[in-house]
Amino acid sequence: MTVNTTNTMKLQPEKPRRKVHLKQEKIAPYIFVLPFILTFLVFFLYPIISTVLTSFQEVLGPGDAKFIGLKNYRNMINEHFFNALWVTTRYTFWTILVLVPIPMLLSIVLNRKNILGRNIFRSAFFLPALTSVIVAGLFFRLAFGEQDTTLVNMILGFFGIPKTTWLQRGHTAMFVMVVLSTWRWLGVNVIYFLSGLQNIPVEQYESASIDGASEWRKFLSITVPGLKPVITYVVTISIYGGYSMFAESYTLFGPRSPGDIGLTMVSLIYQQGFNENNFGAGSAIGITLLIILMAVNMIQLALTGFFKKEGDD
Amino acid sequence: MKKTISLCLALAMTTSIALTGCGSGSTSKDSTGGSTSTAGSGTVKTTSLNFWTFQELHKGFFDDAAATWNKKHTDKPVELKIDVYPIDEMHNKLLIALQSGTGAPDIVDIECGKFPNFLKGSKPGLAELNRVVEPVKDKLIMGRMENYAKNGKYYGIDYHVGAQVMFYNKEILGKAGVNPDNIKTWDDYIAAGKTVMEKTGKPMTTIEATDHWSYYPILTMQGSDYLTKDGKPQLNNETNVKSLQFLNDMLNKDKIAVLAPGGFHHAEEYWSWMNKGNAASVWMPMWYMGRFTQYMPDLKDKIVIRPMPTFPGGKKSAGMGGTGTAVTAQSKNVELSVDFLAEAKLSLEGSIKTWTILGFDPIRSDAWADPAMKSDNQYTQYFGNDIFSTLQGIVSDVGPINYGDLYPTALSLVQKNVLFKVLQEKSETPEQALKEANEELVKK
Repeated sequence: MTVNTTNTMKLQPEKPRRKVHLKQEKIAPYIFVLPFILTFLVFFLYPIISTVLTSFQEVLGPGDAKFIGLKNYRNMINEHFFNALWVTTRYTFWTILVLVPIPMLLSIVLNRKNILGRNIFRSAFFLPALTSVIVAGLFFRLAFGEQDTTLVNMILGFFGIPKTTWLQRGHTAMFVMVVLSTWRWLGVNVIYFLSGLQNIPVEQYESASIDGASEWRKFLSITVPGLKPVITYVVTISIYGGYSMFAESYTLFGPRSPGDIGLTMVSLIYQQGFNENNFGAGSAIGITLLIILMAVNMIQLALTGFFKKEGDD
Repeated sequence: MKKTISLCLALAMTTSIALTGCGSGSTSKDSTGGSTSTAGSGTVKTTSLNFWTFQELHKGFFDDAAATWNKKHTDKPVELKIDVYPIDEMHNKLLIALQSGTGAPDIVDIECGKFPNFLKGSKPGLAELNRVVEPVKDKLIMGRMENYAKNGKYYGIDYHVGAQVMFYNKEILGKAGVNPDNIKTWDDYIAAGKTVMEKTGKPMTTIEATDHWSYYPILTMQGSDYLTKDGKPQLNNETNVKSLQFLNDMLNKDKIAVLAPGGFHHAEEYWSWMNKGNAASVWMPMWYMGRFTQYMPDLKDKIVIRPMPTFPGGKKSAGMGGTGTAVTAQSKNVELSVDFLAEAKLSLEGSIKTWTILGFDPIRSDAWADPAMKSDNQYTQYFGNDIFSTLQGIVSDVGPINYGDLYPTALSLVQKNVLFKVLQEKSETPEQALKEANEELVKK
């Protein structure tokens, strides 16, 4: 539409018309971004401000709230908060540790032209991302049951490994959560890495081959540096995804995970806000989570050199 | 000019799409309550009322109640629109609707553990029910009404008494030569458990590590509670500590009990395990009957219901769990909703139906002697005909629970921390775990 406008402008040079067109040109971009601005204001900025305000309030009932200063933040510092922070941090750590190298290797394999049925594998890896986490979580919960007859215990039984109460122990529960998350997000990350691989010029590999470089050398010196932007991106969204995890924990453990073994930051917000009708405390944790998340992401981006200027390297 | 207009139109469309995408879910379910339509002759107005519940079974009960109401009150018929949601989702939606002042239904089921959340503050979002409760006070198990009251005002009506009872597997007990009628005290119970363990190799009972149905009745039957009468925390009082130690001993010292597979008595794993006849008894409230008939069909004719064993000087039962049906203050037809609710649940006819339709122990004691209670149904077929004679002997001991603002927090601390740490992880003693939880409550 804007292209058309410029064309008509040239054809009709009269002054008053031109003014109108100039005005339109100035206004148009704002109108185009208006939907985003409006959505941002209504669904992001307003809730954030409102959450900050609520975090200093005690909300009792309909239209019944009073400011209580920092009390919500003081009450927040307890065992459950640190348990949630610890669980979430461990979860994020493990998901990054698993969901960066494995998809990267898989995508390199899937990127080879001579791999049999590579399209089938590509879609097979991606399929779980389209599944509802509630349904998948239910399956995982039952598969990781504690009886001899449940799927995982039965398989381990064939190898003579004794049965485990998977979902009522800290380490095994973490393992199940990471397995669920890996199953779900592996394919998505493979797609990211596959698209990253397309951007590495084939000539670099060719010239390296001529110089006699080994496959490993090529991987380290061409593939990994070439994938660096994708790695940074995947790590960033994994940090965000890890710290905001809720659905996996909820389907595996319900609204209360025994002994906080699956309590994540967002489950804690949910518990405080909804199960205990304490919106003030929930908001305080939410704001704290926002600050923690931003800090972690900033540190990570700084470490990966995201803020460096082009010429700094 | 045309372009400006088309631009604006396109913009309006995008915005409206973006906005409806987010809002349609909630607007379509907004309750309008007062919408009226003409029916029949054209002079009588049908009022439509919304009802939210989290239990599919309750829908059948209220469908029936609406039909009965319309037969009796042809001058003010109602059309009851019922939405069944998952339990957490329904309570969240209700909380948000009441907090924001719009979107709540007329009538709603609220689970007892969450009820105090809705009574917080100086003006609860629920309507007062004293007008319909006072006239039938002498016929109700009032302990159950107090659970949903605040400052002398009643806000909810329960479906059942939820009397705490023992479910015995008479087949297993028979093999061990134990007669459940001879078990009167907990000492008898433990002695019988040792015999069962010795003769059959099966545990006498199962104990929950992630929910509180094993623990809570033990302490309430000894007159204790999580909170005091005025709502102050007392998780670590002497009785509560002793009660938890009592469960711990059953598991580890007397070795007559095992932890419930799956953590609690509502886990799929537990039902399939129990269904195979793996434990000789379990104590749960009366409403657990439905779980037996639904999920443990193989135990039919094998389970008998008997009173709980007693502690010296303790009570014979306790009222456990429950769901209070309430009318919201937002309803545009508060009066009508209250009348309808009262007829559905407080009338003799309605109370009998909580048994015939839902298999619950009715909150009106005069319902129990009614001939309708003796007729054959799936529960008498499963458990035998003596269910109500058992109930009559123990119900006088059913008292209220001490509710307060802190109750939901206390409950969840016991469920997820105290029991788990002591019974499953064995990382803390009953005294330590209860003290920690109590300190946390005091700080709230």
